[in-house]
Parts: sequence; C-alpha cells; structure tokens
Amino acid sequence: MKRFYIEPLPKCNVNKLHGKLIVLEGSDGSGRTTQIAKIKNWLEGKGYAVVNCELARSQLVGPELELARRGNVLGPTTLSLFYATDFMDQFENVIIPALRAGFIVLADRYFYTLMARDLVRGADPKWVQNIYGVTLIPDLVFYLNVSPRRLIERRWQKADTMDYWESGMDMGLSRDWAISFLIYQQRLRKVFLKLQDKYGFIVVNGNKSIDSITHDIVTRIEKLLT
Amino acid sequence: MHAGQISYFSCARKLKNYMNRTKLKNTSGILIAAEGLDGSGKSTQLYLVKRWLELSGHHVYLTEWNSSVMVRQAIKRGKKKNLLTPTTFSLVHAVDFSDRYHRQIQPLLKTGYIALADRYIFTAFARDAVRGCSNAWLRNLYSFAKVPDLTFYFKLPSKVAVERILSNRPKIKYYEAGMDLNLHPEVYDSFRIYQTKIGAEYDRLSQEFNFIEIDATLPIEIQQETIRAIIAEKIDLASFKNGEVV
Repeated sequence: MKRFYIEPLPKCNVNKLHGKLIVLEGSDGSGRTTQIAKIKNWLEGKGYAVVNCELARSQLVGPELELARRGNVLGPTTLSLFYATDFMDQFENVIIPALRAGFIVLADRYFYTLMARDLVRGADPKWVQNIYGVTLIPDLVFYLNVSPRRLIERRWQKADTMDYWESGMDMGLSRDWAISFLIYQQRLRKVFLKLQDKYGFIVVNGNKSIDSITHDIVTRIEKLLT
Repeated sequence: MHAGQISYFSCARKLKNYMNRTKLKNTSGILIAAEGLDGSGKSTQLYLVKRWLELSGHHVYLTEWNSSVMVRQAIKRGKKKNLLTPTTFSLVHAVDFSDRYHRQIQPLLKTGYIALADRYIFTAFARDAVRGCSNAWLRNLYSFAKVPDLTFYFKLPSKVAVERILSNRPKIKYYEAGMDLNLHPEVYDSFRIYQTKIGAEYDRLSQEFNFIEIDATLPIEIQQETIRAIIAEKIDLASFKNGEVV
C-alpha cells in the first residue's frame, strides 16, 4: 500500500491507489528524457499503461511560473512556493488520478529537484520537507548521476546558449556562466547524494552508455512489477 | 552548511553595517495585525489606527491582504477547469503572501516601521483549515512570517457578520461563499455555513495565538478608543516618531 511522507493529503484514500509511481531524477543533460522514452516503450511493450509528468507543466500556474522565471523578480522563498504550487497541482491532478486508475506514472523528476534547489540556496530543510510531506513515497526513484563536466557538454548538443537558472546565475557564484554552472551543478549533486539515504534513491551511473543505463533501470522495474 | 546560508548571513551582516553607517536604529519594527470575519469592521478600525499614528507623526504603513493579478488569474483558471484542491488553493495564496511579505512587510520591519496588517497569516490558517489542510502543515508553510506583536481579533457573531455583508453586497463570489466545499447548493446558505466555520476557527486561533479580542458589535469610536489605549500601553510609540530614524 502507498504511504505519504508525513501526512495524508486532505481527502485522499490511499487504498484506492493501485498504480505504481516511478521517478527519474537528474540534472538537465543527465539523459532523463531519453531514458524515460525508452522505459515507456519497454513498459507499453509489456502491456502496462503509462502516464508521464514533468515539473513546471501544471495547468494551474504553469504560465505564471514561466513569467516569474523570466522576470527574475521573486525572492527565493516565494519562488520555492511557486514551484511547490506547480508540483502539487500536477501531483493531485495528474499523478493521483493516474494511480487510482492503475497506471504506471513515470515522473520526469519529483519534488526532490525542487528540494535540492532550495537547499542549495539556503532554505530551511525542515520547512521544505514539511511542505512536501503531503506527497506519496514513490515505488522507485532513480537518480542519474552525471559529472557537471559531462552535463555542460550535453548542453551544447541541444542548445546554443547556457540557461540562467540551470547555471545558478541567481546565486552570484561567479560572473562567468560556465564556472557558475560547474559550481552550481556540483553543489546540487552533493545535495542529491546527501538526500539519497533519506529518500532511498537508486543512484545510476549516468556516464555509462544509454542502453546499459536502460538495462539497469528496467531490471529494477521488472523486480517491482513481478 | 550550505553556501546559501553563508550568503544569507553575510547579507544580514551587510544590512547591519549599512544600518550603522546610515545611523538607522537597528531596532526591529512592530507588526500589528487585524483579523476577523468579512463584515467585522476590521479594515475601518485599522485605517483609523493608521490615521492616528500618522497624524501624531509616526512611521506607519498599512498593508492589505489583496490578491495579486497572478493569484486571481490562477484561481480563475483553476476554477474554470476545476483544478483547485485544498492544498493548491492554500499554496497559491502562500505564494502571493510570501511575495508581499518579503518585498514589503519584512523590509518595513527591518527599517523600523509600525506595520499594520489588514488580515495576516491567520486568515489563511482559518480559511485553509476549513478546507481540510492540517494545522501542522499550515503552520509550517507560513513559518517564514513573523508572528505579530499584537493581533486584534474583531469578534462578531457570524450571523451578524453575514447580515452585514449580504445587506451591502448583492453578489457573493464562488470561493467567498465556500461553494467549493459543497456545504450547500445555494450560494447564500453556503456563505452562511462557511462563515460560521471560519468564525469557529478564528475562536480557536484566538486561544492559540493570544489574540486581543475586540467586541465588534460596539460603536466604531468606542472600539477605536480601546484599541488606541492598548497600543499606547504595549508599544513604546516614542521610538517610532518621525525624525528619530534618520
């Protein structure tokens, strides 16, 4: 049976959540999207119904969040809460209904990314933890561990310029975008590895080949499903 | 532990240095909140407090619990597509409050103002608890906000409050009436039940947070006299005089 981290969501009956919740975590450029597509293929090939979801795509505040990101006028606490709103909207309106209907939810990141970003920026860990205390403990969480050097190389494969937020430019780490990126991603990685014990992430070596990563992940999922 | 924390402390140090340099008194400001049901007259009372303090030459600022354009848009969309849940309803308002708190209320307090808040976090505590959010979750969510030095609770039987509102306003909005709670299919009945529940939450909060209860059925000027006397007694008003802070 599913369990919530700290307390149940108002008016949610866990006994009716028959599906599985599988999460892939990792920075941009860690190969998450590629892996999710491959895992989805594998699951659907086996006859499982799959629902995808990703961060910052909520219907409720998605457009406003995009504006806030571009404007860069909100303070860190407000921005955290904004992301939390976006996440909870999708959690309650996409993830929960899919689990109730017996689907496998493949989540392209979960609140751990939001938590890591907050912690790197000095948020109170208890505060963040309690806000997300009303979420479900996933059945499996994979963390694609990729070195920041590798991430920056992959950035150039898909974009012409660096991203302000992904480079942690709001933190004043360096005036140099590439240096800022490397420091920021290294800090995020450290936080993730710290959260690993608490949240039971399965750390996957994201520097390996695409197929061998899929193999590792699928093996674990197969165990869960049998 | 994290670099962010170090930079927070160094920011606090910079602010302190700045304050010393500019001879700002490093006293924190005072936060006075007014809470109560719609129709309890709290806005009128707080406005009169503001007039009193500014006419007597104090640094004072009145801040209201108004929804920003962002929240109004999100709520509108949420309602149209039936997306809002107790949790996201609460979070959307927390985003809005946080923005106002960090950009307005907190800076006012850091620079030694008397900030008057027409509704504060207790409005969210009462309203969201009625919608089913847990008290622990709500207290944590708003834990970044300072607890007021004084909170006046304008206490009024919910029946009276509802009549005051209904006699002035022919139309009650969906969420104002608590229609999302399925209390009653008819708007006015839903509004009555909803306000009664909010009133009960306020009474509970009054105990928990030591509200100063004001009998909101009394004449306006009598209430104001009491409030002014309490503020004058509890707060060293002289230190908030204009000219004291340079």
